[in-house]
Amino acid sequence: MAGKKLFRLIILILLLGLLPVAAYAQDGNITDDEVNAVAKDVYCPVCESTPLDVCPTQACADWRELIRTKLAEGQSRDEILEYFARQYGDGVLSNPPRRGASLIVLWLLPVLGVLLGLLLFSRLLRGLRKAAPEAAAPAPRPKSPTGDPALDDYIARVEKEIDE
Amino acid sequence: MAETIQDTTTTPAEDKPRRPFRWSMIALWAAVITILAVLAWGLINTNASRPEVGQSAPTFDVEFFDGYEWDTRPVANLEDMRGHPVVLNFWASWCVECRYETDVLEQAWLKYREDGVVFLGVAYADVEPNSIAYMKDFGVTFPHAPDLGTDISQDYEITGVPETFFIDKDGVIRHVQIGAVDQEMLDTLIPQMLAD
Repeated sequence: MAGKKLFRLIILILLLGLLPVAAYAQDGNITDDEVNAVAKDVYCPVCESTPLDVCPTQACADWRELIRTKLAEGQSRDEILEYFARQYGDGVLSNPPRRGASLIVLWLLPVLGVLLGLLLFSRLLRGLRKAAPEAAAPAPRPKSPTGDPALDDYIARVEKEIDE
Repeated sequence: MAETIQDTTTTPAEDKPRRPFRWSMIALWAAVITILAVLAWGLINTNASRPEVGQSAPTFDVEFFDGYEWDTRPVANLEDMRGHPVVLNFWASWCVECRYETDVLEQAWLKYREDGVVFLGVAYADVEPNSIAYMKDFGVTFPHAPDLGTDISQDYEITGVPETFFIDKDGVIRHVQIGAVDQEMLDTLIPQMLAD
């Protein structure tokens, strides 16, 4: 009976001893793939246009570790990206948030450009449609180009002789 | 004859009927002007040159690291430092070359702080715990702040770290050092700024 109690006590102590290990394992369980899933949307602060997940610099290694720490703390991908934007500027994100200058340059301007293009294209089409019937119809011959029948007759004869 | 020709000729105004007022034309021109204005703004910003020697130093706000404040202020503006020569140093804990100058800067700070010279370290694109660990490792005591949003480094158009701007009492840039500073440079430039 005493042996059974002792056995249970040992098991309990072992389980209690494992608790901090389990907590530590939870923190350290963030894989490189999980880190890189966030890091690929952040640009290196040192190299031009290089995503964080493939950059070999120490600065990027530090930033990846920061992402790992924040994931381990339970922060979401959006929260981490928001932190990076606040701390290092919107320019470090591959998909900058729609606000300020980036809202105008990256979102409103292209939409405005497309609308402008459509407007110009529709005007061009309308102009072509108008011009087509006018070009197809024969020009009405003036009854009297000069207003003087005798002069008209003379000009007609001269033109006829030239043609011959 | 002349009268006949005049009779059959019409003025251009009579040939072309007046066009009706169109909102689409206004919208078209407004869009063209807007796009050109935004493109011009972008072009101007892209070509904005870095502040040169002899020009006024761009002003900025800083929020100091805890324990690394200037004049016991947790936040400050460059304008607040007017009347003091300022040594503005951009650095990062991941920067190898910065390690060669950190101790030199600290020694100069200890030497010239009583003369009113402000040393301000700005941690560029650095992770805050790493910045603080670096400062503790090197026993740094002069004011330091993170470059939040990289606003300061963008205004100064730095090419990398370390980079140091020497700003005189009137807020004019007197020297720009790309790369690490050394003791001789500091002992030459700082007394010059103090003397003016």
